[in-house]
Amino acid sequence: MKIDTTPEVSGMGHSMKRKEDPRFIRGKGNYVDDIQLPGMLYMDIVRSPFAHAKIKSINTEKALKIPGVLAVITGETLAKYNLHWMPTLMSDTQMVLPVEKVVYQSQEVAAVIATSRYIAADGVDAVEVDYEPLPVVVDPFKALEPGATVIRTDKKDKKDNHIFHWEVGDRAATEKAFAEAEVVVKQDCYIPRIHVASIETCGCIADFDRVNGKLTVYMTTQAPHAIRTVFALVAGHVGLSEERIRIISPDIGGGFGGKVPVYPGYVIATAASVVIGKPIKWIEDRMENLQADSFARDYWMKAELAAKKDGTITALRIKTLADHGCADAAANPSKFPAGLFSICTGSYDIKHAFAEVDGAYTNKPPGGVAYRCSFRVTEAVHMIERVTDILAQQLKMDPAELRLKNFIPKEKFPYQSALGWEYDSGDYARALKLAMERIGYPALRKEQAEKRARGELMGIGISSFTEIVGAGPSKHFDILGIKMFDSAEIRIHPTGKAIARFGTKSQGQGHETTYAQIIAEELGIPASAVQIEEGDTDTAPYGLGTYASRSTPTAGAAGAMAARKIREKAKKIAAHLLEVSPEDLVWETGKFSVRGAPQRSKTIQEIAFAAYTNHPQGMEAGLEAVCYYDPPNLTFPFGSYICVVDIDRGTGQVKIRRFMAVDDCGNIINPMIVDGQIHGGLSMGMAPALMEEISYDENGNVQGGSFMDYLVPTAMETPSWETDKTVTPSPHHPFGAKGVGESATVGAPPAIVNAVVDALSHLGVTHVEIPMTPERVWRILKEKGVAE
Amino acid sequence: MARISLKVNGTQHVHEVEPRMLLVHYLREVLSLTGTHVGCDTSQCGACTVLLDGKAVKACSVLAVQADGSEVKTVEGLAQDGRLHPLQEGFWEEHGLQCGFCTPGMLMAAYGLLQSNPHPDEHAIRAGLEGNLCRCTGYHNIVKAVQHATKTMAEGTSKTAAPARTVGAA
Repeated sequence: MKIDTTPEVSGMGHSMKRKEDPRFIRGKGNYVDDIQLPGMLYMDIVRSPFAHAKIKSINTEKALKIPGVLAVITGETLAKYNLHWMPTLMSDTQMVLPVEKVVYQSQEVAAVIATSRYIAADGVDAVEVDYEPLPVVVDPFKALEPGATVIRTDKKDKKDNHIFHWEVGDRAATEKAFAEAEVVVKQDCYIPRIHVASIETCGCIADFDRVNGKLTVYMTTQAPHAIRTVFALVAGHVGLSEERIRIISPDIGGGFGGKVPVYPGYVIATAASVVIGKPIKWIEDRMENLQADSFARDYWMKAELAAKKDGTITALRIKTLADHGCADAAANPSKFPAGLFSICTGSYDIKHAFAEVDGAYTNKPPGGVAYRCSFRVTEAVHMIERVTDILAQQLKMDPAELRLKNFIPKEKFPYQSALGWEYDSGDYARALKLAMERIGYPALRKEQAEKRARGELMGIGISSFTEIVGAGPSKHFDILGIKMFDSAEIRIHPTGKAIARFGTKSQGQGHETTYAQIIAEELGIPASAVQIEEGDTDTAPYGLGTYASRSTPTAGAAGAMAARKIREKAKKIAAHLLEVSPEDLVWETGKFSVRGAPQRSKTIQEIAFAAYTNHPQGMEAGLEAVCYYDPPNLTFPFGSYICVVDIDRGTGQVKIRRFMAVDDCGNIINPMIVDGQIHGGLSMGMAPALMEEISYDENGNVQGGSFMDYLVPTAMETPSWETDKTVTPSPHHPFGAKGVGESATVGAPPAIVNAVVDALSHLGVTHVEIPMTPERVWRILKEKGVAE
Repeated sequence: MARISLKVNGTQHVHEVEPRMLLVHYLREVLSLTGTHVGCDTSQCGACTVLLDGKAVKACSVLAVQADGSEVKTVEGLAQDGRLHPLQEGFWEEHGLQCGFCTPGMLMAAYGLLQSNPHPDEHAIRAGLEGNLCRCTGYHNIVKAVQHATKTMAEGTSKTAAPARTVGAA
């Protein structure tokens, strides 16, 4: 990629050091729990030990006797204001606090308000709740059987646990293709329930100012504007009006999708602040975070691939059961109950495809958020990359060769997929070939053959994924009806410096740096002189927030477009200053000069000064612009990953020896930050592949509800990553970029699974479920008679 | 209530605290040193790592009263005279942080590591930071950041003579 600006300006392509880092490395970040307000009270939550139980009584007497405990809020308290239920992002309903029964373990039952967090915790211990346990539904397949205990008895006409059926594709044509197929492979695959486990948990400070009637909520949210509107819609009947609601999302300690939903704790703290008239802080602890906040995944998939004997894939069919827990609280665009799962044809030119997903209620926490991935894309990519390998294994073809044979050829872009997407750009073969070259693929295959002869278990796994990120366009994408555009507002100060505000919210992605670089690229103002702000709904333009890798495709694009509006006005001012016609001016980074007379020019700084001191008569003073950008399409980043594993025959431990990631996210703003995003994504891809899972016993007791049981990788398990890139710009994005924050989370898991299966393929193994823990792998080794 | 007297980042403090108060809450809420973070309740995540009498400890697992008579160093005490510590510089140079939440704990754990082993190899760095979780970076650039610090400390080539406030292009 060509770099057009100097390091001083640091536009696109510069690995500029991050502007946000000085505060973080000094411990001067400002996260929600760092904020102390005068008179602030603390909230702690009583949670259910049962997964399904009637609440017979809640006795708050002992709790209220504790000095410093001021109030105990129950479902009955909220019911007075009709706030005991709330809508989910998928237009389902979810309890804020229960009145009749609880439907998952660790569900919020009551909240204690006290003068300190220690006393609030004492209060929680003193609240006495009498439960009557009910039959528990844990297995989503059993949940859909006739006669299963109905969980959502709150819904008048609901007689079962089925949430939705969704399907896409041509069923008849796909069935015909399967009937005519020379080869068919099938695989069931479970993608377990996991948790984003951002190191900062969720929380808020709700501060209702009784005098002015204004509510300010400092909140760990990835989408502050949408939250404000939801608050106004949900609590309008108790007098909260949108102009008097201010959501502030300060520094956020990691989001990964887990900070998109509205959790009951936010609503209870807000209600408590309105009633008590004091700021209320609620910060969940790690166990509450893992046990009650939105989960990710939990997809039970059955996939079939039809092909010719030469390896040409002809059709794909996938049937999925999605376990949504007790409510459909997925964070998907409204029209997509299964997210963007229909990207499941992946990187391959598959003529016929059909996919269907059914959602089921179970006695588990609600959710279905992403885990550093676009909506349900990880599940889709895992499945297609697995069955592609299984087909290669069956046909005794090299998995790289099979992929190269079936890739959508680069001449076919923009490409219409069988399930309805228009892929914007791609060159899949180039990425895979580069990965193979970088890792030394033929030599690895040779080494593997030698090791296999000696009885050693070594595997090489490939994943060639296609992501789908950057929602809108708004004609298809909305959240609760709010269209998924995003926004930027730029103001140029008289001295040529700038402030820009965006509708998104960084949670570590580095927006303060990359957005400044976009503006530097477009206007020639040094990125160091562009201040970026996000997350305060009183000041930032309306936007849908940061998740699903949408910031660069949407708000980043808005930044470039707003800057171009400013450049248009700057051109008129420059023409006025140079006493020429605007048509006679040419732009080069940071200045307009007269065509044919380059010595006659005005810098952006001179123009900015003139915008406030010497602007043309008839023109408005000032130099600023706003853009609400509605993308014409999504962006489709892609890549090819190759993973090399060694398996210990004594312990079953999988060791990632090498991992080569070639990514293509189009044009790059900051290579250093992109690499960092990929490193992190790879690690969050490795985590569920090898370690993480939240499961439940038959009584609905959570297994994996603390960091003692939920194994987040440390520096020891995580390998040193190798990265490279190809650059295939998006043709429709203003500066040719695509999203990148989640590509690696999507692409990495099947590369690791394919490597493990490859290491065991000579033993007849065709599939291994995740997480591939030492125990799970060791059992396979034992069964195959190769455990030491 | 219990009376404690301790030195934090070189300043002597005397306070009456509840005997059950955790050191991390004392630092964050009594002294307003909010750079030390809380990320779990079971001492796995290490976001609360500080130095207690020169040793890296998890401040969520130490009572404030246990620190009575001790010296505590937090992330706020790393930079000296407005100059970044080489570890802070390394994290900035090598993009060793993203959301920044684990960063103070990582810095203090790395500080503790370099005190006992000034020249750790990659494995020793990874082992030394095993008690600190990061979700954003995949540890890749954290390892590089510590390597950067060990190099500049050994060579005496730290750039920290420059004002630490400057933000510029790499």
